[in-house]
Amino acid sequence: MIAKKRYAAPFIFWIIAGTVIPLISIAYYGFTSRSGGFTLANVAAMFRHDHMQALGLSLLLAFISTLICLIIAFPMAMVLRESKYGKQGFLIFVIILPMWMNFLLRTMAWQVLLERQGVINGLLGLFGLPHQELMNTPGAIILGMVYDFLPFMILPIYNTVSKIDSHLIEASYDLGATKFRTYTKVILPLSVPGIVSGITMVFIPALTTFVISNMLGGGKINLIGNIIEQEFTVNSNWYLGSGLSLVMMVFIILSMLLLRKFDKTGGENLI
Amino acid sequence: MGELIRLEGIVKSFDDTVVLKGIDLSVEENEFVTLLGPSGCGKTTTLRIIGGFVRPDEGRVFFDGKDITDMPANQRPVNTVFQNYALFPHMNVGENIAFSMRVKNKPEAYIKDKIKYALKLVNLDGFESRRIDQLSGGQQQRIAMARAIVNEPRVLLLDEPLGALDLKLRQEMQYELVRLKKELGITFLYITHDQEEALTMSDKVVVMNEGYIQQEGSPEEIYDEPVNAFVADFIGDSNILSGLMVDEKLVRINDIDYPCIDGSEQGFPPRTPVDVVIRPEDIEIKPYGKGLFNGTIISKLFIGVHYEMLVQSEDGEIEWLLQNYDQHDVGEKIGMYVRPENIQIMQKPKSEAESAIELDI
Repeated sequence: MIAKKRYAAPFIFWIIAGTVIPLISIAYYGFTSRSGGFTLANVAAMFRHDHMQALGLSLLLAFISTLICLIIAFPMAMVLRESKYGKQGFLIFVIILPMWMNFLLRTMAWQVLLERQGVINGLLGLFGLPHQELMNTPGAIILGMVYDFLPFMILPIYNTVSKIDSHLIEASYDLGATKFRTYTKVILPLSVPGIVSGITMVFIPALTTFVISNMLGGGKINLIGNIIEQEFTVNSNWYLGSGLSLVMMVFIILSMLLLRKFDKTGGENLI
Repeated sequence: MGELIRLEGIVKSFDDTVVLKGIDLSVEENEFVTLLGPSGCGKTTTLRIIGGFVRPDEGRVFFDGKDITDMPANQRPVNTVFQNYALFPHMNVGENIAFSMRVKNKPEAYIKDKIKYALKLVNLDGFESRRIDQLSGGQQQRIAMARAIVNEPRVLLLDEPLGALDLKLRQEMQYELVRLKKELGITFLYITHDQEEALTMSDKVVVMNEGYIQQEGSPEEIYDEPVNAFVADFIGDSNILSGLMVDEKLVRINDIDYPCIDGSEQGFPPRTPVDVVIRPEDIEIKPYGKGLFNGTIISKLFIGVHYEMLVQSEDGEIEWLLQNYDQHDVGEKIGMYVRPENIQIMQKPKSEAESAIELDI
């Protein structure tokens, strides 16, 4: 046993260097004032009006995009489950394909489509329709979030539904259940681990993103991610940035614990 | 008792493989019918067609005189006990049993009574709130039965329900199933590849192979009068030999003539080439030279109740399989005798249905 533990050494080193030390330093900065003394002000700053507003908007946008991802992903996962083996591989390939492109590039592509002189407005113009302000809106940010994070919702749900024994579905029909009832009483409950996992993988990055809101929100819409980023880059206030990050971490841990309540498998699928 | 289920000319293929090649089957009300055959013979597909999970390419399915070929599974008055039980893992025992009744919006008090009744029937009193993964294989089997019968189906379809259980439990459950069948008074359509199971429990056995029905009949008929070499071989050990009718009620096997009870009346006139089945327990041992034919014992196995011996004929052409309660030594020369009524004469395979099967043996 002791000998085998040695093989974990690279991972332990990685965790210490990449997670434990940065976490400690963020905690240190978060509870330290500019003058070097202990303070709770950086953490309490989350309750400032503009920060609360940004957090509220972040939660709202993350919630909406997670919901849209779920609504798109679940039927897609079921289609994948039902399709033949060869076709299945191709469909999964298509779903993963966008992830081969750089994340920034993908988001930038939406800029080209949505901007004032962009592709969509160009097409609208062709039909004599008025220009739409698509860029720099919450809608554009949600679009970007859904586009970027959708595969992270589909794959875990597909992974779960593909393992549901088809005899269970047949048994449900056999016992007289309609298609709808079979979905709500058998398929959906058995998909919960995948759904929980998918929600976690979409909601958390959507809640903390600053890249998507920067590129599609044009700096006019501030999410909590943007505020933290600006504290580090523009304002060079590592103390405040770290303080706000700590609060966000607590937030994420709380939401994960909440999700776990729905997952009877004990959260083994959570990241 | 009337006819409850009738299959007419059922044909089904999956991709390029023809699984069922024209099945006609009739199941009487309150019968225990077993579809018996090796894996891949089409018995499960037949059951799934009746359950409504597979649509036949050709042919019709009738239930109580009504054509139900196009009726979806959730409206059919049949219930299935699946091979792997297919109990819902996210529900406890009670919720599993209640499923079909909740679908039908039965009152909760009725559901509660019915769960109690069903659990009592399968000898699992008080198991309502157990989780499925807390149950043993045999218990899951019983719950699957309970779940299927509370729906009060007129036919219960059972897809190798005992296949995953160990031998002792399987034998116990055979008695249980027969008892349940009697108490419920409904029709059982049972699938198995275990000939012993089929003979023990059924009123009627339907032997299938390669997508065809080979023979239908009572267990005794199937065992004593197999219609072809496949059925004879599949239902228990037997000596299957090639013979020629040389006279009325006289068949020649390997230059020795055996009196039998079949002749022109049964469709075997003289000079017909036939297959002959002689069950190993029907060969009687006599002193050397005192029987119909002689041989030398070349191997002996003790298998519980009796001895199983291989006996080589004197010209070395045939190895006879014998079962006998008396012990004889390897190397001993013996005489053997078979009563005429124990010699079963069968047609040589003619149709595609039968010759396809020949290759399998």
